[in-house]
Amino acid sequence: MTDGNAPGMTPTLRVADVSKSYPGVRALQHVDLEVLPGEIHAVIGENGAGKSTLMKIVFGVTQPDSGAIEVQGTPVHIGSPVEAQRLGVAMVHQELSLVPALDVARNIYLGREPSLALGIIDWPALYRNAGALLRRLGIALNPRQVVRGLSTAHKQMVEIARALSWQSKLLILDEPTSSLTQGEIRELFRILRDLKTGGVSVLYISHRLEELPEIADRVTVMRDGHTVGTVDARSTPIPALIRMMVGRGVDQLFPRAHVPIGDEILRVEGLTRHGVVEDVSFSVHAGEIVGMAGLVGAGRSETARLIVGADKKDAGRTIIDGRVVEIGSPAVAIAAGIALLPEDRKQQGLVLPLPVKNNLSLATLREFTRFGIVWQRERDRMAQRFVRDLSIRTPNLDFRVRNLSGGNQQKVVLGKWLGSHPRVLIFDEPTRGIDVGAKVEVYEEMNDLIARGAGILLISSELPEVLGMSDRVLVMHEGRLVADLPRAEATPERVIALASGEELPVLTSAHHG
Amino acid sequence: MADGQEPPAFSAEAQVGSDVALSGRRSRLTQFLLRYGIVLALVALGAVFAWRSPVFLTSENLLQVLLQASVNIIVALGMTFVIITAGIDLSVGSTAALSGMVAATTMSTGLPIVGIAVSWPVAVLVGLLTGVLVGFASGVIVTSLRITPFIVTLGMLSVVRGLTLIYSGGRPVFGFPEGFTNLAGTIGPVPTPAIIAGILAIISAFVLRFTRLGEYTYAIGGNEEAARLSGVPVDRYKIAIYTLCGAFAAVAGIVLTARLRVAEPNAASGYELDAIAATVMGGTSLFGGEGTVVGTVIGALIIATLRNGLNLLNVQAYYQQLAIGLVIILAVALDRFRQR
Ligand SMILES: Nc1ncnc2c1ncn2[C@@H]1O[C@H](COP(=O)(O)OP(=O)(O)OP(=O)(O)O)[C@@H](O)[C@H]1O
Ligand SMILES: [Mg+2]
Repeated sequence: MTDGNAPGMTPTLRVADVSKSYPGVRALQHVDLEVLPGEIHAVIGENGAGKSTLMKIVFGVTQPDSGAIEVQGTPVHIGSPVEAQRLGVAMVHQELSLVPALDVARNIYLGREPSLALGIIDWPALYRNAGALLRRLGIALNPRQVVRGLSTAHKQMVEIARALSWQSKLLILDEPTSSLTQGEIRELFRILRDLKTGGVSVLYISHRLEELPEIADRVTVMRDGHTVGTVDARSTPIPALIRMMVGRGVDQLFPRAHVPIGDEILRVEGLTRHGVVEDVSFSVHAGEIVGMAGLVGAGRSETARLIVGADKKDAGRTIIDGRVVEIGSPAVAIAAGIALLPEDRKQQGLVLPLPVKNNLSLATLREFTRFGIVWQRERDRMAQRFVRDLSIRTPNLDFRVRNLSGGNQQKVVLGKWLGSHPRVLIFDEPTRGIDVGAKVEVYEEMNDLIARGAGILLISSELPEVLGMSDRVLVMHEGRLVADLPRAEATPERVIALASGEELPVLTSAHHG
Repeated sequence: MADGQEPPAFSAEAQVGSDVALSGRRSRLTQFLLRYGIVLALVALGAVFAWRSPVFLTSENLLQVLLQASVNIIVALGMTFVIITAGIDLSVGSTAALSGMVAATTMSTGLPIVGIAVSWPVAVLVGLLTGVLVGFASGVIVTSLRITPFIVTLGMLSVVRGLTLIYSGGRPVFGFPEGFTNLAGTIGPVPTPAIIAGILAIISAFVLRFTRLGEYTYAIGGNEEAARLSGVPVDRYKIAIYTLCGAFAAVAGIVLTARLRVAEPNAASGYELDAIAATVMGGTSLFGGEGTVVGTVIGALIIATLRNGLNLLNVQAYYQQLAIGLVIILAVALDRFRQR
């Protein structure tokens, strides 16, 4: 299946019979993969299927236990990322890896700064080169901009620029679109198509199957450490891809259960943090899922953080069950029944060196504690339940979350918050990096929550998710709430227009009291 | 690592059993070495000294090693808690000195300020309270002013030493009741300080492994922001942990005073370094989120064994310094390798 696409063409990359085990996990078993020159080759599969592991091997981050790798027809041993880059292989990781304190240009050329005699860095050349590279890639960024303040999308652009500052023949992208909005994805695809025209091959991991026909030439599907097959991206329907991935069909992508909407549980009024969030007011009722759309940087995550007291607000009040509650810290929010599932699992969601069970119980440890002592049996039972319900792929409950695959890490964060019996759960990008099958499980958990009388605020950059799951849709633009639409009036076009500021706000200040 | 925060690589492998081919078996051996490497280091060290010196393996000498390790173990236990939260406490030596001094003066001239004479156990409590207050102050400064623990406790190192000198007028205090000096006696053949250290070590291990305080200690060090967003009252727990560390330092200072039968204003200087060395050798990560009591105790035993053995071999003090420094670097290098 992998052959015969273009006979006689030497593949840019050939992976043959590669296997890799970690203690307790067989991550890859006899994997084959072939990437042709100028091909955009997608790799898909369930969480923990081995996609990232395969890419790390090709990029020299880890070594396979057995198998062979050829780059442009030559058998190679890739011992480190530096060797990979010398061979023309570049990679943008699933988790971004820039130095926040340095500017764009210095990040791009980190460790390879153009230098004059005596190792003195040639600063003018550095910024000139960086400027030229960014222009060539069509990335509108100032080389002197410090990375810390950039949006995730822009950081990703910097990573891509860095990867391409080597004369790369193969660019590996591990879930590049998982934190991008539609517009930014379009921008990324334009860059990838330009590269393709220039003969660069792209290996591309994604859980967003709907984007594959648009960007990819071929798709390789992985399951349980095996390659299931390689198919044509344009002619293969998405349901067929899903069946290859999970071994069964998924009939409904957004299984939304409707329950009667009850009383108002949470209302915020005039929530403000100067320069980020201005005068935001809305409410959430029992049994209701309120979606929140907007571009990256529109202030959605910040709004969520203000509600739970993770950041200090300048103005505004929070009303829970009709009573004003002063929420000064996340601990107070949780005690009041309001929980936030944060957007960045590594920075805000997980304690990486700790085991799965400790992470799952971090928000609810009180329930398992008597006389200050944690009762292991009860905690294990809870952890076991979430590992099963969310199908978290882990060898055991004591496995460090650092060693889980990205999507399985996300499931641990989800489990932690689902187990906290919140009255209102704020989900910030809950399904980022999660495979199709597992997404449905997450939506089922949401249904469970509202059936039990909780309310949900669902922040997501995936419009289909917001539209598929919400009763009402809030739209934010530049720190302000610009719309509060019933589901029926929230068409994709309308939401996009509102989010980008093309349609005027449909909210007036009459809305808050 | 026996504290279970190290995920059991063994059970993970056991589940796969024969599935894992050669690579698995090799990694099991390496895992073993890396996990118990520090124990092997201690045993190897002991073996060398036993071979070179007939005295080393005698029970009197081994008990002497225990006695010499005791004070450092006590200080290092508190340090372990602090370092697991990704903090550090450089003031423990000064805190030990001040606490010992306060206990000593209370014994000889009565309660501070009011001057009412009290029995020695009350004096010991007053000394303990002193350490608690110093630790509490460090914790409050660290959390409320958001200054890094390194800077805060570096300042406290000097402040507390200054207080000790001012309070004592720079003069040593001695002449203690027998009940107090018995704190440094023996119970059966075993030195009482070693028993105190042992009991505190068992309590610490239990707290870290089985209590909410322990879980939060690891969580705060592993990812403070995640812990905070999960509703952990991070500041309150940090203050508690620095307070605990101050209390441990106070116990050490009091035991030291009993053993030396004198409270010197310059006592215990540099003890913070021995405690940090023991903790880090024992596998506690300076980046936080990882560490065990067992490791720390073994780290402290290695330092004491090294000092004792080199003394027996009549190695000059200068070379002892050198050797101890090298062993610390070696042990931590081993740990870095383990992290891979
Ligand atoms: N360093 C490691 N130690 C132990 N196991 C590991 C390590 N890295 C990865 N694994 C395991 O290897 C398996 C494959 O992980 P990998 O990251 O390749 O999955 P993935 O297909 O990229 O998943 P996702 O879609 O969630 O990102 C997982 O079960 C994971 O737990
Ligand atoms: Mg991955």
